[in-house]
Amino acid sequence: MTAREEMLRRVREALGGSRGAHPPVPRGYARRLTGPQAATRADVVALFTERVADNRAAVRHVGADELGTAVAAALWGREAKRIAVPADLPFGWLAELDGVRALADTPALDLDALAAVDGVVTGCAAAVARTGTVVLDGGRAQGRRALTLVPGYHLCVVHADQIVGTVPEAVTRLDPARPLTWISGPSATHGVEGVRAEGVHGPLHLEVLVVED
Amino acid sequence: MPKFAAAARPALADTGLRRALRGTTAQLRGRAAAAAAEPADWEDLREAGRAIGEEALLNLDVHLEDLERAVTEAGGTVHWAADAAEARRVVTGLVRASEAREVLAAASLTLREIGLDGALARAGVAVQETALGDLAVRLGEDEPSHPLSPAAHRDRAGIAELFRRAMPAAGADLPDDPEALAAAARAHLRERFLRARVAVTGANFLVAETGTAVVVESEGNARMCLTLPETLICVAGIDKVVPTWDDMEVFLQLLPRASTGDRMTPYVSSWTGVTPGDGPRAFHLVLLDNGRTRALADEVGRAALRCVGCSACLNVCPVYERTGGRPYGPVHQGPIGAILTPQLRGVESAAMASLPYASTLCGACADVCPVKIDIPDVLVHLRGLVVDSRRRRPVPPPEMVLMRGLAWTMGDPRRHAAVLRRGTRWARLLSRGGRIRRLPGLLGAWTEARDLPAPPAESFRAWWDRTRA
Ligand code: SF4
Repeated sequence: MTAREEMLRRVREALGGSRGAHPPVPRGYARRLTGPQAATRADVVALFTERVADNRAAVRHVGADELGTAVAAALWGREAKRIAVPADLPFGWLAELDGVRALADTPALDLDALAAVDGVVTGCAAAVARTGTVVLDGGRAQGRRALTLVPGYHLCVVHADQIVGTVPEAVTRLDPARPLTWISGPSATHGVEGVRAEGVHGPLHLEVLVVED
Repeated sequence: MPKFAAAARPALADTGLRRALRGTTAQLRGRAAAAAAEPADWEDLREAGRAIGEEALLNLDVHLEDLERAVTEAGGTVHWAADAAEARRVVTGLVRASEAREVLAAASLTLREIGLDGALARAGVAVQETALGDLAVRLGEDEPSHPLSPAAHRDRAGIAELFRRAMPAAGADLPDDPEALAAAARAHLRERFLRARVAVTGANFLVAETGTAVVVESEGNARMCLTLPETLICVAGIDKVVPTWDDMEVFLQLLPRASTGDRMTPYVSSWTGVTPGDGPRAFHLVLLDNGRTRALADEVGRAALRCVGCSACLNVCPVYERTGGRPYGPVHQGPIGAILTPQLRGVESAAMASLPYASTLCGACADVCPVKIDIPDVLVHLRGLVVDSRRRRPVPPPEMVLMRGLAWTMGDPRRHAAVLRRGTRWARLLSRGGRIRRLPGLLGAWTEARDLPAPPAESFRAWWDRTRA
């Protein structure tokens, strides 16, 4: 008997008569935000902003027409000289860069090159207000996973209409067939005395720009 | 493995360890309590988590077959391992085929369970731990004491000391604040991450419907492991299966809040098979039984298989807070370990039989468990199994002899009084400074986990007779 057959046999035998029962799953939890947190679209966006800041990431609001300037300002603020970007990042996002070289990830940059850049700029697939999370799925303007992992600084652009209220809303929106990364703040550890300390292996700094179109 | 009480003695005597543990558990406990109190639907989420876990187990065979199909369709390979030896064989074989001399490891509870390090070492392959706590445990050559904070038994000064010795680049004056230690670990592992060809990880969840593996972590070391190498090997227990992708909406809310008190853990990664141009070119999923089907067969005990590994029950446990994780054995520790390990391995051995007794049954663990595992209920159930397995033995256990003797003695007031007088004299001879560390003979088992105050010189009845009669 193969291990597979053996294990499936053991499972069936272990369950005996209870096998195949479907006890109901009560789903009375909140699927959406309610109350003052969700009275208007602006409230949801405000909650997202507050929660991102709670996660110890920098966050700012910009108008659609100011995005280029805001990206440039953020990179200057970090004294970035060379950054990596997904090949399909909208050109306008980088239009105001001056003195910062953007390396497009096409052909794919090798890991040493990624480790040597000062940061990375991407968009996202969705964002969750209740938890202050941005989710990347490798789609438009996001690039492959290594891009937002190896550099020490990640600047993520979130359009207000990408922000949903809750985790259930995000799960419904996302496609599990794609590789997903949910990011809630910079890399952190509780490894020393249970105290949260920032910056271990992932990016040390996360900065979020919320674009109000 | 020694019995729990014997293993716990040195830990109880180590005040440094107790201080470090108390610090860590209090930190995590406080954060988790505050976080769980925040959402209005916390109880609804727990109830859903409990029910989804039950559904997952009652249809486990179907879910496992679905999972295999979905992973294979997405370009991954599924392996089945009925026990630890088989899992070691599978992983060692895969690593050998890759010709790597070093593999990276992350989220490593199942890796510990199957004893992967030793097996790979014998095959000439080094295992590099990547989480800060695991790294400290490895450098200190000791055992982890907390699943999420493996170095919880060491304080910051102790970890800094280890790092100074093992990471020359960090400098002899590496300060002992947590941020500096994190930075040192980062620098130390960077180069290894960039060169790694094979990584072995665990998984927090496996979604049957879609074939998706999910890892929840905060340092980014697991992201490194599942993103950068060419080959990714994921070893996960069959109890990690959840039926549908939508079920993740429940667990992604329950797990972070219960474990570290974060609204969401800094990183959640999920992937399905392989994605061309993004991440590993080969993905292997090793499904591990190793006693889980044995636990599944117990209708009460199987609840333990719902565990999502948040460690909330450890952080509130008064026994764990004083003994640390090590007396529970190398893998599953704290209250959940006390019910899971004896089920995975059977209660016949003395060590396993002692675990269900490593509890005061105070119930704090059941109150915080995000998937509502009634740990005290399972503990009591397992104590029953231990007693039953003893009863079948040809030689009656000491408790039973003692109880029969007591019944005879207490059945007659004069006999009782005589025995009390004699017992008092003997007990006072045994005591040191008013406490008895160890009773002689068969009675020794009772003092294994507790000191006994020496009895007063005179029994209450004798005193009553003398003063009032
Ligand atoms: S038993 Fe419950 S509280 Fe304990 S680790 Fe598992 S899920 Fe968390």
